[in-house]
Amino acid sequence: MSRTLPLIALALIGLSAAFAPALGLEEKHPAKDVGFSFEGPFGTFDRAQVQRGYQVYKEVCSACHSMTLMRFRNLGEPGGPEFPPEQVKAIAAQYKVTDGPDASGNMFERPALPSDPFVKPFPNEAAARAANGGALPPDLSLITKMRAGWSGRLLTLYTTQLIKGMGGPEYVYSVLTGYEEPPKDLAAEAPEGKFYNPYFENGHWIGMPPPLSDGAVTYADGTKATVDQMARDVAAFLAWAGEPKMEERKRIGFQVMVYLVVFAALLYLVKRRIWGRHEP
Amino acid sequence: MAEHARYDFKNPVARWFDSRLPILTMTKVHALDYPTPRNLNYFWTFGAILAVMLVVQIVTGIVLVMHFVPHVDFAFDSIEEIRRDVNYGNIIQKMHQVGASMFFFAVYIHIFRGLYYGSYKTPREVLWMIGVLILLVMMATAFLGYVLPWGQMSFWAAKVITNLFSAIPFFGDAIVTWLWGGYSVDNPTLNRFFSLHYLLPFVLAGLVFLHIWALHVPGNNNPVGVEVRPGQDTVPFHPYYTMKDLYAVVVFLILFAAFMFFAPDYLGHPINYAKANPLVTPTHIVPEWYFLPFYAILRSIPDKLLGVIAMFGSILILFALPWLDTSPVRSANYRPVYRQFFWLLVIDCIILGIVGSNPPEGSWLIIGRIATAYYFLHFLVIMPLVGFLEVPRPVPASISEAVLPAGSAFKAAE
Repeated sequence: MSRTLPLIALALIGLSAAFAPALGLEEKHPAKDVGFSFEGPFGTFDRAQVQRGYQVYKEVCSACHSMTLMRFRNLGEPGGPEFPPEQVKAIAAQYKVTDGPDASGNMFERPALPSDPFVKPFPNEAAARAANGGALPPDLSLITKMRAGWSGRLLTLYTTQLIKGMGGPEYVYSVLTGYEEPPKDLAAEAPEGKFYNPYFENGHWIGMPPPLSDGAVTYADGTKATVDQMARDVAAFLAWAGEPKMEERKRIGFQVMVYLVVFAALLYLVKRRIWGRHEP
Repeated sequence: MAEHARYDFKNPVARWFDSRLPILTMTKVHALDYPTPRNLNYFWTFGAILAVMLVVQIVTGIVLVMHFVPHVDFAFDSIEEIRRDVNYGNIIQKMHQVGASMFFFAVYIHIFRGLYYGSYKTPREVLWMIGVLILLVMMATAFLGYVLPWGQMSFWAAKVITNLFSAIPFFGDAIVTWLWGGYSVDNPTLNRFFSLHYLLPFVLAGLVFLHIWALHVPGNNNPVGVEVRPGQDTVPFHPYYTMKDLYAVVVFLILFAAFMFFAPDYLGHPINYAKANPLVTPTHIVPEWYFLPFYAILRSIPDKLLGVIAMFGSILILFALPWLDTSPVRSANYRPVYRQFFWLLVIDCIILGIVGSNPPEGSWLIIGRIATAYYFLHFLVIMPLVGFLEVPRPVPASISEAVLPAGSAFKAAE
């Protein structure tokens, strides 16, 4: 018996991994591979882009989508849009929140403070569904974390995920820009009030009407508000919202890596010297 | 070592203390002077790596518990609050989560090292069996911990795994209800899983202590697989292996840090960032990568009860390994036939892992069944037979003979 048997088996693994379709993603379009400033081990958020993205969320998405994990103060914290403190206060103050009870036991309305969570568009799930034809607009706090953008053969998929991340922001961008006319064979079975979007996670039909149109918002920095631009910006904003501490993670990660590599090199030299006593 | 042997400490305080509680002597004998085979390769450093990983998991876990809220309404958000508002919480939480993956990665290498070099053979059977017990407790701990963030996959994993017990005849449903603390996976389930997830790591620590104790009675196995002879076959644990282990631990931490800081979500499932929803079943319920081979075995058997038995059997069979392997030769380096089958087993386990990540249909089901059958065939048929039929290569008389060039300066000096 030789080494050939294991080698053949190994080759079989390689082949199956290379050609096997990955789990359940056969039908979905892989997300469009757009480049973002926050990719890679040193990637950071583009402040201006995340600020524009917040504007898109605020003026368009927030009409239906909540972001329960976000607080207004996050908008001014390091590593994100970094709005100046006065602006964060001003943004919060545009919203009314219910507080109380006061000394006489009554609830009252007051302007929101930076410490308040983003104000929800609907008081509860039933209200959200009722206003959206039965569909529930998902909370967007973690949307870029909970959606995987890529699909394909196992080996390619795992490599792509390792290099480009899980593809959540790309997924958001792709859905926002992915509305198209349904193919002829599907058009007939279009469900009432649904739109064709091949990038959508749960089948081709999405309850959300195309949310963006050119010029839907007016950017203060003069950037032209095309659908593509707004989709990129809001995807970047949501990527930040999904992990507000991403920049801290990468910065500390780099420091840790440098430390560990140097430490390992020194340990190796010490180890070699010690073992040198006993090597012939 | 003899029970009453005491190291003669020069320092009077040390001598006073040690004669009352010989912990210093213990340290000296078992951590510093402990005679260790001189030829251990880097696969032997995974013991130290695993000890470090256990400490990492316990320390990060204790910090996480300070901020975690074990309630179905708050568990998910409290993990998010850790990631968002706790100082360095994003890093500590990822260290714990990615740490679990790295822990399993290291333990699998550790186990396959034992399989290759015959570390389960006499006189190390008990050492090996404690190791299998550690694996089982580790798996239970990892599963319980995975449920705690109360994401979609957490919830459905809890549902699927606890439901396995319903396959038990007669009492199945009653047992599942008892495990859940109710009629579905709900708050009582989360609470008891949290309690047990906190308990089991300390059980693990105790088992690790026994594991090391059982190791120090016969001493380490080694790549040559022959018993050490006192003198030139061994070196004191310190500084030789303290340094070698420390170096290996730091190299392992580089890999750990690379995943943790730069691909923290790579080893998990994105859908677990969605809050548990009992009304929406995920399209595919898949465990973390380290459970995939066992999941494949479970699903490749059409009968539920038999599938559960096969899955648990695939681990329990390891307890019998010292008696299933009939060859007196330990190291696969001197077993030309067994070595081939060893690598086939490694490949079989990888195939099972790939199968486990795919839906059990079509060719995946067939491949899964063949791989499952082969897994058991390896232990129940191939191992005993190869031991009888194989002609091993001549084993060196001693470690020194195997590792030192003939007539070397070192040998001459002895």
